[in-house]
Amino acid sequence: MTGISLTINGETVEAEVEPRTLLIHFLRESQNIIGPHIGCETSHCGACTVDLDGKSVKACTIFAVQADGADVLTVEGLAEGAELHPLQQAFTDNHGLQCGYCTPGMLTRAYRLLLENPDPTDEEIRMGIAGNICRCTGYQSIVKAIREAADKINAGEGAD
Amino acid sequence: MSDAKEMTLEEREATLSGIGTARKRKEDARFIRGQGNYVDDIKLPGMLHGDFVRSQHAHALIKSIDASKALEVPGVLAVITAKDLEPLALHWMPTLAGDVAAVLADKKVHYQNQEIAFVVAVDRYAAADGVQEVVVEYEALPALIDPLTALDDDAPIIRDDVADNDEVGQGKRRHPNHIFEWEVGDAAATDAAFEAAEVTIAEDILYPRCHPSPIETCGCVASMDGVNGKLTVYGTFQAPHVIRTVVSLITGLAESSIRIVSPDIGGGFGNKVGAYPGYICAAAASIVTGHPVKWIESRIDNLSATAFARDYHMVGELAADKDGKITAIRAKVVADHGAFNTHAQPMKWPAGLFNIVTGSYDIPVGHVKVDGVYTNKAPGGVAYRCSFRVTEAAYLIERMIDVLAQKLDIDKAEIRKRNFVQPDQFPYNSCLGWEYDSGDYPTALEQALAAVDYEGLKKEQAEKREAGELMGIGISTFTEIVGAGPTRNCDIVGLGMFDSCEIRVHPTGSAIARLGTKATGQGHETTFAQIIATELGIPSDDIAIEEGDTDTAPYGLGTYGSRSTPVAGAAAARAARKIRDKAKKIAAHVLEVAEDDLEWEVDRFKVPGSDVQMTMKEIAMAAYSNVPDGMEHGLETVDYYDPPNFTYPFGAYICVVDIDRFTGDVAVRKFYALDDCGTRINPMVIDGQVHGGLAEAYGIALGQEIVYDDTGNVLGASLMDYFLPTAVETPEWETDFTVTPSPHHPIGAKGVGESPNVGGVPAFANAIVDAFAHHGVTHMRMPHTQWRVWQTLNELGLNK
Repeated sequence: MTGISLTINGETVEAEVEPRTLLIHFLRESQNIIGPHIGCETSHCGACTVDLDGKSVKACTIFAVQADGADVLTVEGLAEGAELHPLQQAFTDNHGLQCGYCTPGMLTRAYRLLLENPDPTDEEIRMGIAGNICRCTGYQSIVKAIREAADKINAGEGAD
Repeated sequence: MSDAKEMTLEEREATLSGIGTARKRKEDARFIRGQGNYVDDIKLPGMLHGDFVRSQHAHALIKSIDASKALEVPGVLAVITAKDLEPLALHWMPTLAGDVAAVLADKKVHYQNQEIAFVVAVDRYAAADGVQEVVVEYEALPALIDPLTALDDDAPIIRDDVADNDEVGQGKRRHPNHIFEWEVGDAAATDAAFEAAEVTIAEDILYPRCHPSPIETCGCVASMDGVNGKLTVYGTFQAPHVIRTVVSLITGLAESSIRIVSPDIGGGFGNKVGAYPGYICAAAASIVTGHPVKWIESRIDNLSATAFARDYHMVGELAADKDGKITAIRAKVVADHGAFNTHAQPMKWPAGLFNIVTGSYDIPVGHVKVDGVYTNKAPGGVAYRCSFRVTEAAYLIERMIDVLAQKLDIDKAEIRKRNFVQPDQFPYNSCLGWEYDSGDYPTALEQALAAVDYEGLKKEQAEKREAGELMGIGISTFTEIVGAGPTRNCDIVGLGMFDSCEIRVHPTGSAIARLGTKATGQGHETTFAQIIATELGIPSDDIAIEEGDTDTAPYGLGTYGSRSTPVAGAAAARAARKIRDKAKKIAAHVLEVAEDDLEWEVDRFKVPGSDVQMTMKEIAMAAYSNVPDGMEHGLETVDYYDPPNFTYPFGAYICVVDIDRFTGDVAVRKFYALDDCGTRINPMVIDGQVHGGLAEAYGIALGQEIVYDDTGNVLGASLMDYFLPTAVETPEWETDFTVTPSPHHPIGAKGVGESPNVGGVPAFANAIVDAFAHHGVTHMRMPHTQWRVWQTLNELGLNK
């Protein structure tokens, strides 16, 4: 077992993990952070996407020990108390989700995308979420939701 | 007596958010916060994990299984094989299609990645370690992969267990690898029509094996309460009640001792209808160990072992006159069902509802024959976002009518108009036995053609062809048959395919409704509440919807085949009407007027032209406090709805593609989808369903195939190789609609979730073939990958 210390959604966590434990299993099984999901275990589907030190990372293909010292944000950390992040609001306003399984990863990726590129075109949004597969929505409403959230953030409404 | 007198009628209606409103989804609140409750989120005290040892071979005898090393792995508690399940009679299970399927391989393996042993351990890592240490010794046998050779005299016999049986649950068969022969129509009259025809066409059309691949794989947590003798299984079940009955039949436990719970499900698309070995093994392991046991599929397990779809090898033929009026249809199909017949269709329909193959066209005579065969491939044959085999049928007829148009040099929209069933022909009896409930195909197509400026596109295409560029226009005017179904001809393991809704109105005027279906993303918590809101005059927001717990929900056959709205949605409307009938009696009693003097108005009963009225909210309280003599208290009921017919949604889709003649890249420039699903409950949700189904259709048409090599190795059962479209390649969608209500459905709704998959696949395929039509190409094999399209370009010398 190896000791790690990291920040998850603003809270410091210290834990002992097996070196082979994947970050996604560490989050879900030992930290009860169940927002990020497992869809493929091969980095393709993006359901497990978390934000790690300012980058979108697929938590199914990095070890928990690699996150030692990292600042991790998951979908659980997007809302501020009862106030939803503009992305969360825009996803529900625009029917940007159906079964909800890809949604936490999609939201977490979109969060980082808008920090990387605050005013993306639709094409840039599509390219920006290419690592996150959704089987339900056909993407159009997701793109619309991210566009709307960007506009609201840029207009100073609920800016992050 | 009203507290809302000031509101106008329109305001009162708006308060309900009932049928027809784009109500925001109730489900979203938990999903956008990452607070859904999917099966892998479930943790029970002392829970163990199971994982499978799977076959390396497609066809082999098992000489031995040595688990001794695995049992030494720290954390591994048990390794279960067929031998261990045999005393419990759990090593084989009945399938929904009347066959049996191995739970764990019994003496031989029948396909690659078949389940051989179930390793139970303290966590998923230890279970995986254990799997690595189980040693299986095989004696390889020749594998049968090509279904077209399955019935050859010298074909390897796949199923020794049933080799001598005259039938395997679906009628007489003629070869050990044969499952069923099913035919419908008038063979002699069809032959005669073909002989007399001015023109005939024939085409080999394969709908390749693909997979629904929802983003959440299958899984369960089984928990046997040894003290009370109750087995609870949480899992990815689109049909929880059927699973309970099947588990009861398999285990011998009383249904009252089994509780099946479907928590939130991360997409289904047909993948989660069936009963899989993982469910049985987890339950058996829980019974044996006394601990809850979790089993979660990996993506590779999912793609290679549970629930493939299609694999229909079709030969289609049309007879017609020289004006393109179709005079007869003939189809012969070899259906590859894999090693066990585990397809999920109504049992009397071994080829599902494939005889909807006449589509939207008035065809006087036809004949269809389908042979189901075993191969050394994974079992399944599920309806991947379609009503049973309807997408195969729609693909065949929509491709064939294009082939005929090209042969006769008739415009592809025009030939459809010449053959449409006309609006005054409904209810329409097709030559292959269905009674279409309602439709207006000409209006839908005209609206579509106008929306895309079809004439303009044709002109542009002609110019492009002159310039050597490839542009294709694909039309699909499909008709579906959904909402299985009438119990007189639809059952699963003997259970009639009705569905149900129970509604309880609480004293202060809110309500809970429970249904026999189970949403997998469709938004039932939102839309079923809308149906009840309109029928009962209670705001949607005050109506809780629950599904998926067999201890609380009324029995129903589940969610697949676009049956939720046609069947359970009808039950919801009818249950609400039964409650309204009782409410009227209570209102008459309280208001001291005759029942006949009362009329329903949005949310209340009132005496027209007076102030004498009582809202449903007021009536609800009265139902618990002041009912007429002889009436029972309370305001609740349950409705079991047996639909008198299927519903027949239809649509007109137009797809425009530009093909790079050097690279074979297919760019979808435009996709217009007009859907007619009858009465529209929630336009926002309908658009979402259509978008999602079209994206799936795009994936199927342009890239999805589960490929096997000659020895039965699955080539690429991971998302590295199996194409799930991302946002980058997925086109933009334009949606539109007409409304032709179903005459027999209580609110006129037909169901919509599957139309875009069923109608979308031929629209994409037709567009791509159309791009090559002027070079004499009549058909190209799906999926239309860039490589395959390039091969066509290369063969034609168009890439030079």
